[in-house]
Amino acid sequence: MNAPLLAPVVALVGNPNAGKTSLFNALTGSRQKVGNYPGVTVERKAGRLALPDGRAVELIDLPGTYSLSPRSPDEAVTRDVVMGTAASERRPDAIVAVVDATNLRNHLRFVLELRRLGLPMLVALNMADLAERDGTEIDVAQLATILGMPVVPTVAVRKRGLDTLAAALAPLLLGRTPPPAEGIADITQLQREARAIANAVIVQRGMTKRWTQRLDGIALHPVIGPLLLATLIFIMFQGVFKLAEAPMAWLAEGVTWLQAAATSALPAGAPRSLLVDGVLGGVGAVVVFLPQILILFFFILVLEQSGYMTRAAFLMDRLMARVGLNGRAFIPLISSFACAIPGIMATRTIAEPRDRLTTILIAPLMTCSARLPVYAIVIAAFIPNRSVAGVLGLQGLVLFGLYVVGVLGALLAAFALRHTVTKGPTPTFLMEMPKYQWPEPRDIGIGLYQRAKAFLGRAGSIILISTVALWALATWPKPPAGFAGTSLEYSVAGRIGTALEPVFRPIGFNREIALALVPGMAAREVAVSALATVYSLQGTDKEHTQPLVERLRTSWSLPTALAFLAWYVFAPQCISTLAVTRRETGGWAWPAFMFAYLFAMAYVAAGATYWAAKLL
Amino acid sequence: MRPGDVATIVTIDRDGCDPVTARQLHEMGFDEGVDIELLHRAPFGGDPMALRVGNMVVGLRKALAAMIVVEPARTAAE
Repeated sequence: MNAPLLAPVVALVGNPNAGKTSLFNALTGSRQKVGNYPGVTVERKAGRLALPDGRAVELIDLPGTYSLSPRSPDEAVTRDVVMGTAASERRPDAIVAVVDATNLRNHLRFVLELRRLGLPMLVALNMADLAERDGTEIDVAQLATILGMPVVPTVAVRKRGLDTLAAALAPLLLGRTPPPAEGIADITQLQREARAIANAVIVQRGMTKRWTQRLDGIALHPVIGPLLLATLIFIMFQGVFKLAEAPMAWLAEGVTWLQAAATSALPAGAPRSLLVDGVLGGVGAVVVFLPQILILFFFILVLEQSGYMTRAAFLMDRLMARVGLNGRAFIPLISSFACAIPGIMATRTIAEPRDRLTTILIAPLMTCSARLPVYAIVIAAFIPNRSVAGVLGLQGLVLFGLYVVGVLGALLAAFALRHTVTKGPTPTFLMEMPKYQWPEPRDIGIGLYQRAKAFLGRAGSIILISTVALWALATWPKPPAGFAGTSLEYSVAGRIGTALEPVFRPIGFNREIALALVPGMAAREVAVSALATVYSLQGTDKEHTQPLVERLRTSWSLPTALAFLAWYVFAPQCISTLAVTRRETGGWAWPAFMFAYLFAMAYVAAGATYWAAKLL
Repeated sequence: MRPGDVATIVTIDRDGCDPVTARQLHEMGFDEGVDIELLHRAPFGGDPMALRVGNMVVGLRKALAAMIVVEPARTAAE
């Protein structure tokens, strides 16, 4: 027998909510490689598993799916890989079908569909403990006989049954002839066969998931349910903004310290400026948001794994349906309040392409945290710090109003888009609502690590490149000796700003704003430091907030300031958002459209605000 | 149906929805002869609703639920 040069590939396949990823994490630990399938934005997760006979196999975790008839790009990957038609992946040498023991009837249908592929296969009867707790007794030997393949009871979260699984896998990879492949069967036929098998092997049927029903009585209660959802979102926001405050300040200080160290260590000149203002400034702008992103991801992972996320989608579906969206769009939109990038990445769970596209297009209208520094400085300069109705601060009220206007704008945009460019049949809402489960710390930890890495990798590289490019535009050409203005005005960026000024004059923007908008494209909060630069204030924006506030107060009129705020509610988002949109939509057409429609909305809103404020 | 009611699926109107949706219903476990239980209805008009199909809880909109014809098996009171 020839020794195989490559380790055999074993694929984990199963329904969503079968505990497939938990099993994968338990089998491979943190030794995972996360990549992407080329051409699609679907994650490829692979890890190594040692068999008792000493061989190692490459284990891949395929996206969860209900059948081999895909509804989303994720599910298409699973089908292509197990059918052997994926260009980038070898056909697996064996399949581990992960089945939820408490939902045997439904999950067996998919096992039967997979069996027809003619690949060596075994069944991991996962969540065996939950079935036992419910009082359900399954005749495992009988099930193995009927299916004609090994069946191993597992409890992924307690690492039970993993050795047995590896031992059962070994003989499958000895090159025996697998059962012949059969054609695609009718789903109803498979469904009935699965029910018959389930009835034959379930010795005793227990009372199932009483806890889930009781919790749903609260979570989906007509009055308590929405209140609970609102409370959870409130806590999540508090967490994202309050808990992240201190670590964000430390990171910002760290970046400032590095910038100062580099400034004193290197001679003045273009290389130093590139390192300090371009690289450190650019990377710093992203890294500072990492605490917020991590806290947000933590909340989202906990809500997802506990099973609550689908309840949130259920509660919000009615509202989302009014503007032609789906309850599932709710989560990506909530994520976008921290940053549109993870929000847009989270739209992958939306199966219907038009639905997903609409959600991506409106995600930037959710006020992301990068807009806060811009809001904060303009509000500090122009909105008097007094209280309204005794308790509410006017400044806070204006800030809240800006968030509300963003949400209303998003709903309006979704409605308009669904009736024009993303017009199509009303999407259906059909979703499994999995049982509630305690989130598993190991799975949360691994998920958090992987998402943080993806965020830093993707957003970081894009922001780094774009800030370095903008730094170059804002640095060259150097002004000649005796030039009256700042060097920014003389640079390419300055000239673009000057050229743009006539465009922005009708909506009340002066030349300085036009200048600041250009670097503000890299990341919104950069607009603040750009304004500081334009008004010839040296140093970091943090130390010079007060002088900048004073300066804005004397150089801007109130209508201009309000117009600037209105602009930033809708403002064409940062370059990184456009780049992520390109990745997720597979071309420049949609990001270009997104830029154009947001620009138009921002222009109209800022103009209307300016002229209305002038008349009053 | 009211929450707590159990009914048996008589037929699924496969012509009333597109084939993809019909297939999805089957993937979720809906089929002729299967018992379903209405568990919850969403606030603001009771749409969508949550049904128990076998051991699975499925959320779906009224319009889609209308494609499933059922025969009452027992009511919550019984």
